[in-house]
Parts: sequence; structure tokens; C-alpha cells
Amino acid sequence: MLRFAPILTIVLMIGPVSAGLIGTVLPAFGILPALGGTTPSLDPWQALFAQPGLGASIRLSFVNGLIATAISVAIVMLFCAAWQGTRIFRAMQRVLSPILSVPHATAAFGLAFLIAPSGWIVRLVAQFAGWDRPPDIAIIHDPWGMALIAGLVAKEIPFLFLMTLSALPQADTDRTAQVTATLGYGKTAGWFKATLPRVYPQIRLPVLAVLAYSTSVVDVAIILAPTTPAPLAVRILGWLSDPDLGLRFMASSAAVLQLLIVIAAMVVWIAGERIIGALGHHWAEDGHRFRKDSAVRGASALLALVAAGAVVLGLVVLLVWSVAGFWAFPDLLPRGFSLRLWARELDAIGSSLTTTLLIGIPAVLVAVTLVLGCLENEVRTGKAAGRRAMLLIYLPLLVPQISFMFGLQVFFTLLGLERTLLSVVLGHLVFVAPYVFLSLSEPFRALDPRYGQTALCLGASPARTFWLVRLPLLTRAVLTAAAVGLAVTVGQYLPTLLIGAGRFATVTTEAVALASGGDRRMIGIYGLLQMVLPFVGFALALLLPAVLFRNRRGMGAQNKG
Amino acid sequence: MPETLKNGLELRDVRVRLDGRELLAVDLTIAPGEIVTLMGPSGSGKSSLLGHICGTLPDTFDVTGEVVLNGTPLVGLTPQERHVGILFQDDLLFPHLSVGGNLAFALPSHIKGRENRRARVEAALSSAEMDGFYDRDPATLSGGQRARVALMRVLLSEPCALLLDEPFSKLDSGLRSQIRSFVFDLCRKNSLPTLMVTHDPEDGEAAGGRVIKID
Repeated sequence: MLRFAPILTIVLMIGPVSAGLIGTVLPAFGILPALGGTTPSLDPWQALFAQPGLGASIRLSFVNGLIATAISVAIVMLFCAAWQGTRIFRAMQRVLSPILSVPHATAAFGLAFLIAPSGWIVRLVAQFAGWDRPPDIAIIHDPWGMALIAGLVAKEIPFLFLMTLSALPQADTDRTAQVTATLGYGKTAGWFKATLPRVYPQIRLPVLAVLAYSTSVVDVAIILAPTTPAPLAVRILGWLSDPDLGLRFMASSAAVLQLLIVIAAMVVWIAGERIIGALGHHWAEDGHRFRKDSAVRGASALLALVAAGAVVLGLVVLLVWSVAGFWAFPDLLPRGFSLRLWARELDAIGSSLTTTLLIGIPAVLVAVTLVLGCLENEVRTGKAAGRRAMLLIYLPLLVPQISFMFGLQVFFTLLGLERTLLSVVLGHLVFVAPYVFLSLSEPFRALDPRYGQTALCLGASPARTFWLVRLPLLTRAVLTAAAVGLAVTVGQYLPTLLIGAGRFATVTTEAVALASGGDRRMIGIYGLLQMVLPFVGFALALLLPAVLFRNRRGMGAQNKG
Repeated sequence: MPETLKNGLELRDVRVRLDGRELLAVDLTIAPGEIVTLMGPSGSGKSSLLGHICGTLPDTFDVTGEVVLNGTPLVGLTPQERHVGILFQDDLLFPHLSVGGNLAFALPSHIKGRENRRARVEAALSSAEMDGFYDRDPATLSGGQRARVALMRVLLSEPCALLLDEPFSKLDSGLRSQIRSFVFDLCRKNSLPTLMVTHDPEDGEAAGGRVIKID
């Protein structure tokens, strides 16, 4: 049974992506029998290219995705270079880890409430400038998409930071830092010259995942991106949701176009990697020490702090709005507070939380089981050869969601599984499993293999060794991975909306649906609700091991998950 | 098992290779109660040989020859079927279990009854002069106590042979001789064929058996 875990996992990842891509490509060329498309044609493409503002949409997706990724990577690398191994670095680690659990849409709403013309920042300025009405400029939905970039950067920094963090030990960074320092290099320059080339290959995959995401994001774009025209992915969703079913053909060709945009962005990115790599090689050997780097270090700390602060303050402002009574501009706080809206929404809140868990819990349980199965199989067969194949598990993170989710919906319809819980859970699993794998594989593989060997030599069966030794030792890592998985499923917007065909109202679909209405109090409530489940998940992952192993001091050191 | 079949641990022309290069070749028989010391530099394949005997060596290594314990060929058996105990330089007590839990984990299931099993574990603790340690957290023990619990744990699993992988190298020098004699005495008392690998010549001297040097 166990040896089928890797193949089953890969099938559950690759299957939906392939089925979804086929289900997207065929309609793009006119073939969708359910809607009367039986002969191949280029009509969908002609219709697509006749759409007004298509060029602007493509530019927004492509350019903003690349810029957001470049800024996130640059800030994270700069911060690691400047502060690795210091107390500030560890403090940032503690701040950024919980931020990772904030769903994208929540962070985007929070940011919007901070930077909007009537947001907190402008209100603060207004106190001194004496404004009595909000300035008449578009800060969110700005035509350049800068708000979108800011929203993506604030949310991707924690992810890339934590990915980098888990890559650092393998690159022997502490001793490298000592060597560069004693050779007279400034901390930042030493890191870029000696450590980055060893760390970057390890975080390349997450970086490409961030690029694919930023280039094709829908929910954050609905909240922050320009609307006339919107980035391509948002327009595709609009066409897919149009009552005119004929638009599905054009939407499919647009989804194929979106895939090509992501591929093009990756090509540009990889070319950039090469160029920077070549230039960096010369730079590393030119002997410049950059001994005085305090300005750079200060700037990098400030940037990281602003990014983290934006998310945290955003959460606070969401909370304030959710209980706000009358709140005039430019007051910093509402005149009164009231739980009236919370009370009114109580039933709706309960049912959307239930729906979210109904999808989330099975998806997380299946994902954790599959990933544990794969990793345990790796231990038992002693083969590292399967590890390369496991890279396939990350494929769903590199393909834009909108490019295969509609096709997957078509595919599930063929199977008669449309709008069922099963199909939505499978749709979520595609994104949950890679993150669970990402979170669990490192601590699982890092566990001293001699614990397992000792148990076997004491006469325990492999199953007993797994259940009574390996699994308990990894309690915190497994719970953390489950919490990561829960955060991922809670944050899913497109899979829930498209595969569920609107039948499943989760906290996230409800929150994003409120974006266009602009009711800030309701957005505050649902934005916070998105936070609740991931937050509870991570709190349990922290508390349960502490309670279970309260009399086992050795579990603290053993079990850094 | 009839006494006549207890002919110890036989390594018949065992050769350990990695990527086509021969790391180590041995041919020896270890009688019950005998302690054989294998000395050699690190990377000489000593630990790999132990991994091969207890069945946990990854198959990236290529090993030929036969390993026979009391007349039973071991190659092909799973580690848990071999009845070969091993002690590493770290005690590897399971940090999530109590001291008693660690020992009970090793106790075979044919010893039945909660009270009976507990009594066996308590007796083992007592023979290690650690009465009353059943419910203790292993992380609160001293180095010497941990080493003793690790040995008692192996012995409770009723092994037919014992492998020692530099078992004393992490102990303070003051403690080392004390734990050495504790381990060696019990090996002899239980008539276990014992194979120890080490780089410390004193280990070999203290064991008082054959010392085989490899290079």
C-alpha cells in the first residue's frame, strides 16, 4: 500500500493539471461539445484579440508579475544578507511566520484599507495637513497597478523568507559568514558573494511559484488592481462567469494566453538569473569588500519591517472597521463601536466557516496522509531516487490556476462530479499537497535515521516504528504542515468558485465577493474570518505538542518543525 | 534454541563495497560472550558493516558474503526479524517516551500482562541501579544514566548478538571506564556475541578480546 503513495500523490497532482489544461486548450480552439462546439476553429482567438484593452491587460499581468516577484526576492535576499545570524533576524522570523498564514485576500483588503484615499495613512496625514475630505486620487486600483504590486510583495515576502530560512543550513551559512568576515568583507557583500550562489538554487522553485502566482493572481487583483482594463486573469474570470455561455470559448483561449504569459515571464526571469549570475561571478572575484554597509543594512531592515507592518496594521484596521460605528473622515477612529453587524451576520458566518472546514479538513487530511506516505516510503525503501520525481508535486504551483481550473470544471462535469464536495476537495488538494510537502519534507528527512534503525533492531515492525517512534517525534512538524495546508485551503478562491460553480460559499469567496460592494464593515468581518481558521490551526500546532510533551524536555530540541 | 546451535555470529567472507570500491573485508566468527573489536579510521566501512549485519544499510552499498547468527543466515531478513541489537555513540533514547516507556518499547510482546511487563522493566532498571526511574523524562538523566538505559533497552529486546558503534566516544573520560565495564560484563553474562567498532585503542584493551585492525 505504502509504495503506491508516491505514484498516487503524483497522479492526484498531475492528473487534475493535465485534465484541466486539456479541458482549457480544446475549447480555446472551438471544441466543447457540451456547448455545441464540435469543429476546430480559431474564432475564439479572433474574438479574444478583438477585446478592447487586451494589450493593456497582458502588460499588467506580465510586467506587474515580474516586478512584484523581483521586489519580493530582492528584499528577502537583502534582508537575509544583512541580518542573518543576528537577533533582529530571529525576531523577524517570529513576526513573518504567522503572517504567512494570513490569506492573500485578507492581506490585500487590509492594505487597501491602509492606503486608500480615505484609509488610515491618509487620515493620519490629514490630521496635520488639515484636510477635511479624502484626496481625489486613485491609490488602490491605480492605473499602473502599483497597489497590486505592493499587495503581492507584502504577502510573498514572508513566504520567500521562510523558504530561504529552510535552505540556509544546507549552505553552511554561519561558517561561510565567518570566513567572509575574517577575509574583510562587509556582512552584506560577503553574503551576496559567497552564500547567495549556494542558497538561490534551493529556493528557485518557490521563486518561480511566486512568479507564476503574481502573474496570474485573481483575488488580490480584484481587490487592488486597475479595473479598466483589469489584469488578464481577472477578465478571464469575468468571461467565465458571464451568463452568455458562448464567451466560454474566448475565455478558454484567454486562459491559454495566460499560460503563455506565465511561461514568457519565467523565460525572462530565468534569462535574468543567467545574466545576474554571470555578472555576479565577476563581481564576486573583483575583491571589493564593501566594509561599510550600515546604510544598506538599515534600508533592508526598514523595507522588511514596512512589508510586515503593512500586513499587521492591515489586520488591525480590518478589525476596527468590523466593529466601527459612524466613522467620518479624517477621524483616526470611529465615533462608536458596535457588534451589531457581527451579530446580524452570525448565522452566515457560521455557515461559511462550516463550508470552509467541510472542504478544508478532508483536503488537509488527505494531503498530510499522502505526504507522510511518500516520505515514509522514502525511508523504508532507502531510495533517494524518487526525490526527483517528487518535484512533479510542485507542478500545480507553477501553472496559473485560471489556466486549468475552468478545464478541470469541464472535466468534472464529464465525470458527473460537477459541483460536488468531492470535486472541490480534489481541486483544493492540488494546491494543499505541495505546500504540505514543502513544509513537512525538510523536518522529516532531517530526523536522525538512527531512531528508526534503533527501533527496528529492538524488534519493532516498520509500522510500529512509524506510529510509535517517527510520527510522535515529528508531532509538531506534522501539525505545522497541517496548519499550513489549512491556511492554503482557506485562502483558495478560484478552485472553490469555479469547481464548485458557486455552490460552496467559503469565507474567502464571500470576502472577495464583497470587494466590489465596498461595504467596509462587512469586508472587515469577512476579511478577519479568513484569518480565524489558519490562526487557530497554527495555534494548535504550537500548543498541542507543548501540552502533549510537557514532561518531555528532549522534545523541544528534537522537534523544531 | 538448543545450546549446540548457539554457535555465535559468523561473518563469512563479508566484503563491503561502495561505487565499486572495496571498503572492508572480514571473515570471522564471534563466539557467544566474546567481544571482538574492529579498529580502523573513519570512512573505512566499519559502521557500514554493522548496518549490514543488523539490516539497516541502504542498498547503495554493495555487500557480498554471508552473515549467520546461531546457524540462521541473516541476509534477506528484515532488521526486526534478526534479533541483532545495536548501540550507537548517541544513546538515541526516544525523547517522547519516559524512561520506562523506552524500555517497555523494547520488551517483546510475548511477555504479557501490564503488571508483568512493568515488573520486568523495573527489574531491568534495578539491575542498572536506577530504581524509581520508570516515569522519568530521559532528557533529565545524566550521561551515564542515559548510557545505562540505552544498554538495558537493547538487552530487554532479547537480542542474540550485540553490535557496538563507538558506544563510549561521547562519554566523559571519568565515566567511560565505568560504562565500559557495565556493558562488557552484561555482554558476557548474557553470552552475547559482540562486535564493537571504535577508534579508541583503550576500548579494545578493556574488552579483552580479539582486536582486528583494518586500514
